[in-house]
Amino acid sequence: MSELAKLLPMALDLILLTSVVVLAALVLGGHRRATGRNDARRRVILFIAFGLLLALLWASLGAPDVALAEAAIGAGFAGALLFAATNALPVEAENKVSAARHAGPAPVGHGLEWLINFGIAAFAILLLGALWLSLPALDTDRLGPAVRTVLPETGVSNPVTAVLLNLRAFDTLLEIAVLLTAALAIRQLGPARAASAAPEGMLTALVPWLVPALILTAGYLLWVGAHAPGGAFQAGAMLAAAGVVLHLTGRSGGGLPSPRWQPWALIAAVAVFLAVGLAGLALNGVFLGYRGASASVLILLIETAATLGIAAMLISAYLGGDGGGDEAGDEAGQAPGAPR
Amino acid sequence: MTALELIAAPLIIAGVGFFLVGSLGVLRLPDLHSRLHAVTKADNLGLGLIASGLALQADGLAEAAKYLAIWLAILPASAVAGHLIARLALRDARTAEAHKPTRTPS
Amino acid sequence: MNALLPYLIAAVALIALGLRALLLHRDTLRRLLAINVLGAGVFMILIAAARRADGLPPDPVPHALVLTGIVVAVAATALGLALDRAVNSAATDDDRRPDAGNRGDDNPGDAGRDHAS
Repeated sequence: MSELAKLLPMALDLILLTSVVVLAALVLGGHRRATGRNDARRRVILFIAFGLLLALLWASLGAPDVALAEAAIGAGFAGALLFAATNALPVEAENKVSAARHAGPAPVGHGLEWLINFGIAAFAILLLGALWLSLPALDTDRLGPAVRTVLPETGVSNPVTAVLLNLRAFDTLLEIAVLLTAALAIRQLGPARAASAAPEGMLTALVPWLVPALILTAGYLLWVGAHAPGGAFQAGAMLAAAGVVLHLTGRSGGGLPSPRWQPWALIAAVAVFLAVGLAGLALNGVFLGYRGASASVLILLIETAATLGIAAMLISAYLGGDGGGDEAGDEAGQAPGAPR
Repeated sequence: MTALELIAAPLIIAGVGFFLVGSLGVLRLPDLHSRLHAVTKADNLGLGLIASGLALQADGLAEAAKYLAIWLAILPASAVAGHLIARLALRDARTAEAHKPTRTPS
Repeated sequence: MNALLPYLIAAVALIALGLRALLLHRDTLRRLLAINVLGAGVFMILIAAARRADGLPPDPVPHALVLTGIVVAVAATALGLALDRAVNSAATDDDRRPDAGNRGDDNPGDAGRDHAS
């Protein structure tokens, strides 16, 4: 029985690993010149399945925080983002002549393809060899015990949250700044995508249930992140999902505040994070230095701002441009792609 | 094996069976609408059986409630998603029909 | 055999698949998907390396790294899609103009001169 209990999870992981690699090949494979809408949608749906299987794999490897983020952001949110982008692609024509006209740019020539395949095979073998040689180093436990030693002082009991929001809070601040940079860049690239003109009745009927449930789940994930899998990123993704649902049902602002307040919503996370960091510098002489009793309150403060900010940035990225906000947005949504 | 496990195990096995039938339906049925029919119905039932089986073995009421909450969240989501996919397929089929070149009846 | 080996093989396979598609194809969607698959391979190395044998809890630092990576990957994907959309809409605008390609449309000074003469 104990042999079976050991073998079963390993067998499940092997099945998951094989499926993940096969799905990746399907996501990226197919006809060399196929670039139409149906082909793209098939790829994106397979990519969502790929992300969900990865989430299962992360959970099986003892990384539930990563699994939640992968399912919510890597599969769910990125899937919605990519799927919305396929709407702009031309539909494949049935006859060959116009299909050739719609085919995208020609990929590299056969000679170069052979060279690329050869180079990548060599690189893969080298990489695997290097990983094989570093296996003993990978197996030694170095940072784990260090985190466990200081965990009681970090203000949270979930070690991943402790690393993200306390021990390496500086990295997380920079990461949110990267997200902000991307969101701001996207806003500069043109008007937001128009909301669905004729939202489906069933989806609209679901909104009064789904959106509050998503907000509630976001609040729960934010709170529970201190001692169990969860946290600002997963909670922010839940709120962003509510925004996507609102956009799909005709609200072109996707639940973002009015244009006047949007920039503030976007920079809120970085601003609060920075303020807490500077307060730590003034009081303890260490940027983002907080330990002991006040740490849990400060982490909750940062995470609340981060949840709202990450949600605003993700929704803004989904809208794919300068979102007008719910009051003014529907006007801007009338003429997608029109020259300003 | 406790009495609870004796009730839970058949529930989970039956749930997996429904998932298997639903997945077989997706692979074997001829068109999108019948495939959707298979996957939405069989998977919802299968998930419900698995969730109740796991809830019976859960540590405490809070964990059991979470399993049931997962099922309750999936039910409307999969119903609406199935409906939306069917509607979209129908709309695509109609547009394709409208754009088809008209043939003279022989 | 080391228990980590299957994960490392799969991770290298994902990296190779992603890199190959990235170099081989020119359409934006497939390239963005390729970058995401490539990233997933790197994440798999990190998560596998975080796992400890003998029932010890996994190392939380690589987990935090991967969490960060997932968010940055989606931000990069969104930016890539928005750039592609902006480039395409600029290209269609050029196509629609009757005198496309005949003179420097993008130079606002041209239009001003025409009105003056």
